[in-house]
Amino acid sequence: MTTKKVTEHSQDELRSQIMRIEFFFEFLRTVLSIVIALGIVLVIVAFITDDPLKAIQTLLMGPLKSVRVFGNVIELAIPLTFCGLAITVIFSSNRFNMAADGAFFVGGLAGACAALAVPDAPFMVKLFVGLSAGFGTGMIIGLIPALLNRFFGAWELITSLMMNYAYGFFVRYVLNRVIRNKDSISIESHPFNVDMGKLFTGTRIHYGLIIVLVLAVLVYVFMYKTRWGYALRVTGKSEKYATYSGIKTGIVILGAQVMGAAIAGLGGAVEMFGLYQTFRWTASQGYGFDGIIISTLARNNPLFVPISAFFLSYLRIGADVLNRSSDIPAELMSAIQAVIILLIAAKAFLSGYKQKAIVKQSQKFAAQGGEAE
Amino acid sequence: MSETNYLELRKITKVYPNGVIANEDVNMVLQRGEIHALMGENGAGKTTLMKILFGIEQPTSGEIYLEGQKIEIHNPLDAISKKIGMVHQHFMMDENLTVTENVILGMEPTKGLSLDTKKAREMTMEIAKKYNFKITPDKRVMDLSVGQKQKVEILKALIRGAQLLILDEPTAVLTPQETEELFEQLKILRDEGHTIIFISHKLNEVKHICSRATVLRGGKSVGSHDLKDISLAELSKLMVGRDVVREIEKQKAKPGDAVLEVKNLKVLNDELVQVVNDVSFKLRKGEILGIVGVEGNGQRQLIDCVTGLESEYQGEILIDGKVCAHSNGVKQRRDAGLNHIPEDRLTYGVIANATLLENLISNTYDKKENNKGIFMDDKKNSDRVTDLISRFQIKTDSKHTLVRMLSGGNMQKVVAAREMSTDMSILVADQPTRGIDVGTESFIHDRLVEMRDKGVAVLLVSADINEVMELSDSLIVFYEGEITAYFPDASKVTEEELGLYMLGLKKMKDEEIAEVAK
Repeated sequence: MTTKKVTEHSQDELRSQIMRIEFFFEFLRTVLSIVIALGIVLVIVAFITDDPLKAIQTLLMGPLKSVRVFGNVIELAIPLTFCGLAITVIFSSNRFNMAADGAFFVGGLAGACAALAVPDAPFMVKLFVGLSAGFGTGMIIGLIPALLNRFFGAWELITSLMMNYAYGFFVRYVLNRVIRNKDSISIESHPFNVDMGKLFTGTRIHYGLIIVLVLAVLVYVFMYKTRWGYALRVTGKSEKYATYSGIKTGIVILGAQVMGAAIAGLGGAVEMFGLYQTFRWTASQGYGFDGIIISTLARNNPLFVPISAFFLSYLRIGADVLNRSSDIPAELMSAIQAVIILLIAAKAFLSGYKQKAIVKQSQKFAAQGGEAE
Repeated sequence: MSETNYLELRKITKVYPNGVIANEDVNMVLQRGEIHALMGENGAGKTTLMKILFGIEQPTSGEIYLEGQKIEIHNPLDAISKKIGMVHQHFMMDENLTVTENVILGMEPTKGLSLDTKKAREMTMEIAKKYNFKITPDKRVMDLSVGQKQKVEILKALIRGAQLLILDEPTAVLTPQETEELFEQLKILRDEGHTIIFISHKLNEVKHICSRATVLRGGKSVGSHDLKDISLAELSKLMVGRDVVREIEKQKAKPGDAVLEVKNLKVLNDELVQVVNDVSFKLRKGEILGIVGVEGNGQRQLIDCVTGLESEYQGEILIDGKVCAHSNGVKQRRDAGLNHIPEDRLTYGVIANATLLENLISNTYDKKENNKGIFMDDKKNSDRVTDLISRFQIKTDSKHTLVRMLSGGNMQKVVAAREMSTDMSILVADQPTRGIDVGTESFIHDRLVEMRDKGVAVLLVSADINEVMELSDSLIVFYEGEITAYFPDASKVTEEELGLYMLGLKKMKDEEIAEVAK
């Protein structure tokens, strides 16, 4: 009888040890994925350039070489964080709505148009109207695939990706036919005169940084500290369980997609007022898709999103600097991203070692149980 | 070891990827031509051991000897070639094919390039005749009863030349009459020289049909015994390490007013078959009403409607006299005081990948008293969960442990703790103790009776006839979507009598059945 007690006790302890092992391997997988991806890139760089050492140094240290370049890193991290947060919210409902990209793109247009519509209003009013327009546009863009799924069973992934093409034509139409400045030689709108101002002189870092960091905290609080966030997480983890618990899953799923896309739309408007005087996007920036890798790296935790956005942005700018100073294309970054996402998404990566560690731990406990006998 | 040993398992150990030690140094010896019982509580490692023997799982360590030769079994094909056959608890058949097609699948007789259907049919009939199995070779498997399906499964093993048959809890899905029939067949097989491993935790059955028994407890073998030399009480003591009191102690029920009323409920399934046909009954406060029936006779759909998971039905469901809504029905019923222990633990009962805390607050998180303005009251939730864990004796190191790290019994306690801890007037307990250990089972039984005594109305569904009979105050029997019998006093019914109603051999008069709706 004492034997049984000993075994039960060890079983409990064993379980907590296994949790620790699983957590450790999860962490290890993320870090190793990044290291391996960088390693692969270094090998490629070493092959295609005459001075590999210098190239590698430029890639890794390039962003630190001046305040202006490092400012570029932060500046790029702002829209990436917006989109990372958008994807985090959408994906936590376990629906793969890709509306974030379209929402960011059209959100920028909406912000510009709204500001252009009230040319004589005071700055703060203009800013507020513009940001609201971006936010609202994002909501609508997120809602379309969600509704198509709810009423016709169409897969959000497909409809949202297809809608993104339609938005491209829509934005170009509005730019060319509605808001284009005919006097300008380039394709751009009239100036909308909403400049959020720079945070640090000598860089282009704007007040969007403050907005997005506050937003990250707000999203975290929403997801982990409020009952709506709880309902969202439960629904994402198991829709059936949520239904059984009495959660109105239809509304929750719809709400997550609308909120997520709204964040991306807001990001588009912030980007517009932070960096531009006129609207001149003729194609999507693609940040919506970067949001996926950022959210994955951050393990869907809103607080980690700014960090992983910074990481990605740093590599991007590094590749940019490298591209300008050598013969290596900036597309190199795509290769790094692909490898990272592949390794993190691949559950089997390191699983053999994990299994061995768990078996070893279990047997150690079994042996201890045996001694107690 | 002597030469007469047909099969010997030596020091088999199996560690699963999640760290669960399913078997530890298990030993088992089989003689040719015996029916050998493999016994143990749920989760004792019986099925894992048999999966190893049938090549589905590989042992972490240990050896298997067949007729004195050391063998390794890498996959089920290997096992079949060594004349080992297994009948799984959940049948492995193509429901759309006929009996013949299922039996000969993978060893089809051919004529030129095409299947020799005549020969196939002959082969099937021949083997059925040899062992006196009454089967219908041209019927589709989907049209067969569970008992018949099982026969086909056994035939599948026999036609492949199995000398050793593993039957994993074969009687769990059978009615008492079908069980008797199965036993007759097993005796014939034994007399023909086949060796049978009979997995069960039903003591009476084992004593009835087996000659020897190996008992597993907590993944270890605790001994093999000749059943002539051991009493049922001793055997049960071996299984659980203590005496099991199967009698549930409870006072006579004092039923109050009806709280749940089901009126003329009709449900169509996806194939537009009427699976619940005009069912009416009332459930009263302070009463446990048991629903008995062979699985698949409409109980599932009835429970889904009552709990609000299914919204497509005709008729009315009333709680405290108020008609329940169809859309978003679960929330409305929960608010009206209906709690639900679901049948399928892993799909509806818990989120395996969430923490205990997240699992335990899902029915209270939105209550006003658990929130401070827009924020959840973390401290209150956390205190409540700590209290639930200790009150329901959930074995875990922390409330932040993921539920998938728990054993089946502890998971069920999580479900029970959540569903039995809030104010309620109705508790729907669907298979509340399926697949869990005896200790947790009696714990949950006690809680159910306790709640009844507090005035909660309990609707109990269980595949375990003994459980329903012992716990329930009154019983209704379901057969083909209808209530075919109502027993106001469950203690006056025998298992045999229930069996007749469950199989549709008997049906009460309409007036007698109508009593339950009064």
